[in-house]
Amino acid sequence: MLHIHYFAAVREALGREVEQVELPRGVTTVADLIRHLRGADSAFERMIASQEQVLVAVNQAVTGGDGPIRDGDEIAFFPPMSGG
Amino acid sequence: MERISIQTDDFDVGAEYRQICADAPGAGAVVTFSGLVRNFHEAGSGDEVRELRLEHYPGMTEQRILDIVRQAERRWELLAVRVIHRIGALRPGDQIVFAGVAARHRGEAFQAANFIMDYLKSEAAFWKKQVTQSGSEWISTRGSDKQALSRWQASAD
Repeated sequence: MLHIHYFAAVREALGREVEQVELPRGVTTVADLIRHLRGADSAFERMIASQEQVLVAVNQAVTGGDGPIRDGDEIAFFPPMSGG
Repeated sequence: MERISIQTDDFDVGAEYRQICADAPGAGAVVTFSGLVRNFHEAGSGDEVRELRLEHYPGMTEQRILDIVRQAERRWELLAVRVIHRIGALRPGDQIVFAGVAARHRGEAFQAANFIMDYLKSEAAFWKKQVTQSGSEWISTRGSDKQALSRWQASAD
């Protein structure tokens, strides 16, 4: 099971904050997961299309498309962050 | 010693100052900085800001701030560091951020407080939404904050 969190403009565009997703067969990287969610979930596809940039963190560390994903990971999608 | 808080509650600068002094026996200098919510629109429309809403990623945001503080501790000999960042709905004039640094001498304390604030402004993980009379919008890191950061990176070479 993957624990997925969405923050800020990404959360608003998607209309949900958190969800649990069964690790899809064949998904081993961030890029695989995004490809899967875009195909499986039209709301996710619309969210990606509406955002200038979406960052991904795996277990609270920002990672690129080749970042590995394992069952039980915490995944987060969010726009670029700003500071204080 | 470093203490980091992310909280919705306001903070009392006097109480924080006294705690830093208590945490840092032998300190010759304590520098504290407080940031307030501005009352004009940062993107340049000039609209009056009614509210600023801050979100963070619990866990990740605290870790990023701790990383920034540890970088400062590697550059300067610091006796105590305190960082507070507020989240939730804030209004113009509200306190939003606090950085306090204790060191033996004022040079280190001033520089470290400045460094921590520069890094906080562009590296800490927050999302900010600005509410004006014409609506609300998410705001991103300002160019001037990136510039403020680049001077530290240049001096690290």
